[in-house]
Amino acid sequence: MRFKSLLVTTAAVLAAGAANAQMSDGVIKIGVMNDQSGLYADVSGPGGTWAAKKAVEDYGAAAKGLKVEVVFADHQNKPDVGSNIARQWYDVDKVDVIVDVPTSSVALAINQITKEKNKVFLGSGPATADLTGPACTPNTVHWTYDTWALANGTGKAIVDTGGKSWFFLTADYAFGHALERDTKAVVEANGGKVLGAVRTPFPGTDFSSFLLQAQASKAQIIGLANAGGDTINSIKQASEFGIVEGGQKLAGMLMFDTDIHALGLKTAQGLNFTTAWYWDANDNNRAFAKDFSAANGGKYPTMVHAGIYSAVIHYLKAVEALKSDADGAKVVAKMKELPSDDKLFGKGTVREDGRHMHDMYLVEVKKPAESKKPWDYLTVKKTIPAAQAFRPLKDGNCPLVKKS
Amino acid sequence: MSNAAITASPAAAKTGTKNRDLVIFAVLVAVGLVAPAVIYPVFLMKVLCFALFALAFNLLIGYVGLLSFGHAMFFGFAAYVSGYAVKAWGFSPELGILAGTACAAVLGLVTGLLAIRRQGIYFAMVTLALSQMVFFYCVQAKFTGGEDGIQAIPRRALFGLIDIKSDLAFYYLVLAIFCFGFLVIWRTIHSPFGQVLKAIRENEPRAISLGYRVDQYKLLAFVLSATLAGLAGATKALVFQLASLTDVTWQMSGEVVLMTLVGGMGTVFGPIVGAGIIITMQNYLAGFGEWVLVIQGFIFVIVVLAFRKGIVGEIQAWWTRRANKV
Amino acid sequence: MFELLGIPPQALFGQLLLGLINGAFYAMLSLGLAVIFGLLNVINFTHGAQYMMGAFAAWMLLEWVGVPYWGALIIVPVLIGATGILLEKLFLKRLYHLDHLYGLLLTFGLALIIEGLFRKQFGSSGLPYPNPLPGGTRLDFMFLPNYRAWVVVASLVLCFGTWFMIERTKLGSYLRAAVERPDLVQAFGINVPRMITLTYGFGVGLAALAGVLAAPIYNVNPVMGSNLIIIVFAVVVIGGMGSILGAIITGFALGIIEGLTKVFYPEASNTVIFIIMAIVLMVKPAGLFGTPK
Repeated sequence: MRFKSLLVTTAAVLAAGAANAQMSDGVIKIGVMNDQSGLYADVSGPGGTWAAKKAVEDYGAAAKGLKVEVVFADHQNKPDVGSNIARQWYDVDKVDVIVDVPTSSVALAINQITKEKNKVFLGSGPATADLTGPACTPNTVHWTYDTWALANGTGKAIVDTGGKSWFFLTADYAFGHALERDTKAVVEANGGKVLGAVRTPFPGTDFSSFLLQAQASKAQIIGLANAGGDTINSIKQASEFGIVEGGQKLAGMLMFDTDIHALGLKTAQGLNFTTAWYWDANDNNRAFAKDFSAANGGKYPTMVHAGIYSAVIHYLKAVEALKSDADGAKVVAKMKELPSDDKLFGKGTVREDGRHMHDMYLVEVKKPAESKKPWDYLTVKKTIPAAQAFRPLKDGNCPLVKKS
Repeated sequence: MSNAAITASPAAAKTGTKNRDLVIFAVLVAVGLVAPAVIYPVFLMKVLCFALFALAFNLLIGYVGLLSFGHAMFFGFAAYVSGYAVKAWGFSPELGILAGTACAAVLGLVTGLLAIRRQGIYFAMVTLALSQMVFFYCVQAKFTGGEDGIQAIPRRALFGLIDIKSDLAFYYLVLAIFCFGFLVIWRTIHSPFGQVLKAIRENEPRAISLGYRVDQYKLLAFVLSATLAGLAGATKALVFQLASLTDVTWQMSGEVVLMTLVGGMGTVFGPIVGAGIIITMQNYLAGFGEWVLVIQGFIFVIVVLAFRKGIVGEIQAWWTRRANKV
Repeated sequence: MFELLGIPPQALFGQLLLGLINGAFYAMLSLGLAVIFGLLNVINFTHGAQYMMGAFAAWMLLEWVGVPYWGALIIVPVLIGATGILLEKLFLKRLYHLDHLYGLLLTFGLALIIEGLFRKQFGSSGLPYPNPLPGGTRLDFMFLPNYRAWVVVASLVLCFGTWFMIERTKLGSYLRAAVERPDLVQAFGINVPRMITLTYGFGVGLAALAGVLAAPIYNVNPVMGSNLIIIVFAVVVIGGMGSILGAIITGFALGIIEGLTKVFYPEASNTVIFIIMAIVLMVKPAGLFGTPK
């Protein structure tokens, strides 16, 4: 009788194995890995898979004789789940490239495995600037944004307009610490001062106590070095406790259109932040957003979706030029050699350390009266040219960059 | 828990059961030896690590009747220690695993001394509280790497001699560790010590009146369970070359309860079956996105409502009924 | 101005008040759990999900039907309480004769299902809910939003109303009697199973009501309940499982202690409750207000 249970297990395991053993010779297999159901599901999630498929379609891969397949998985924001999937994808499922991967801790794990297996990792979702810094590899391209670019864009703009003294609400994990560190450096370099910071347990729901501490600090600017639900809750509660009426301003360091949607314009109005892409900036973007919205239940694309699209197009271009996707490092080298150009990010380049260079935008959230249509949330205040938007090559400590 | 756990087969069949268990185990090992030819070894290693974890947990709930809701602290903390020892101090794998397991044993002794005096739902809550504190320590401590965890843990040569870089070679090491763990547990539950544990589970006052020092027996079982859970965690860290916060969360403690419940509490092979099913599901349902949660929830509900004895337990019960008829 | 423990007294008062507000939620949720555990012997893991459903129901009523906050405050608890009654009739009923563990596991499974379905439907960024009582009062030491003041008052009334009903009224005495000797109470002609069903519905309604109260403060979010439920468990255990008064007092007290931790050692504010729980269980195994069996 126990033998039966044994059979059941074996059968289950065997079935699983068989479902897994697909050959993919001659197929470019793109694996979109992100948070399909958790905190960041709306930032990339299922929409990210759609964006990758859309890129394959728009590139005309089939007409050019490239056989491309897109698969996806949910890493649940856990490094162990993510690395497990990555190994399986590379070893068993013959995936050639992993795209997206929000959540810095997971991205760092994927970065490592991708190098070990000599495949390609195109990061659109992750924030940590370490991917093009100490952790950079010849197999990784970091596409859309990073903590340094956000800190630099928002921090500098605010200090320049008179926000000299800062207090941070920092999510107590690696990403929050990095964001605080980078913003602090920018603020201080531009003549501002940081009065203090409070580390908030992650994830949190009640920020009122920390906001009160921020208020007591009398800083002009309260910097929110957090993301997702933490940011939404802290902004909401700041408005409730009359922090903004009291004369202090909030600065969300990492924000997405979906966060504004969750907050409502009434609460979010007047916030400044930095983004790599906005759907209502030009006709190409609007067309993409229209298709996206139709396919994703009325949601609108974020910069992460656009970044996935753009990165996949450039990857396919490099593979087509090489006529092979076998050697990950070679593909990435080709990506660095060729200029990138697509309808969403325009012309750009991939730098030696794996950083994709493009303009960033400083945006402001509209007042409710200014919003004319659904998801009409942002005004672009300033374009930050690519050369200034990202961390200078020499400051990153990337081992790939030769010290001169 | 006693009314729910499966009481062992009638005493007359005891020796028979013992031998049959060993035969089944031998078959399992044989299957394990050839399995990597058809199945991805990393997946198999994950199943083995969690199966060992569930076996260790089952020792406590199935044979002592104590529901620990904090077993992740042993599993996860041992993973950190072994990962750190190998990565930062350059330990060889066997020493790293040993270090992790030893730490779990010490942690088990300390928490056991605090928790063992409580029963039922209070025992579950004390273990939960203690494991939340361990979780907090792991979030704050420098050596764990916070949210990033300890990544890229190297796979050095075993005993400094045998190369285990390839997944296949490492798989056989994990299989050996698993077998060791299984035999320790099997030996324990069939020893006089194990008999006393069962006596405590069935009727604690009577065990006390018979002169057994119940608390000492429980503590020893708790430490043993913690140690083996640590062994599983320490091994897992080297398999994935990663130790992370996931392994110390209370959700992980809940997961091992689910595995044991699905397989069958208090059965020898139940935890292995349960771990196999749950891990397989997590791995291959990943594509269903949001539905994974819903499906896991349904499994919980269905098992609780219809198959409380778990898969192996139900099969055993069916077999006994049939045998009795004939 | 002298300082107290390194921070000015004004700031301390502010933090104490905030702690009290958070405590109001802990108290309301642990109250529901305590009622359910006390009378049904079930550890209701679904409580967090039911709290979340309450917040979502308020949002849906507002967005889809146009029912404002004050209407939702009455409709939602009844609605969600009714779903609770359904769950009890369909599933929980079958488990009363078994160990606590099974009730816990079943409700845990139900919580997973509910949370998964809401995530599927509404995503996880959360949805905004307008504040029905905007503005606030500027006190000496802090700005007190009107809405938060209302939450504290509402929760105090609710908690002590429930306590009064169970401990001091005739209906309450039937309930307590039914816990002690269901067979005897049944023999006196009281329909015990129905009473138990209604009690579960009532506990669930309390959770839903807390959800409605939370909607304007926190983000209406599918995971808002699972973030909270473990803490609320701890509150119930510290207060003493099944003790109504214990749950209420511990809820408020722990809110305040947590609030203070946020000032002195913010990183530990999620953990302090568990430290207290471990200490209490060492010293008083049945909880602060529980009676040892």
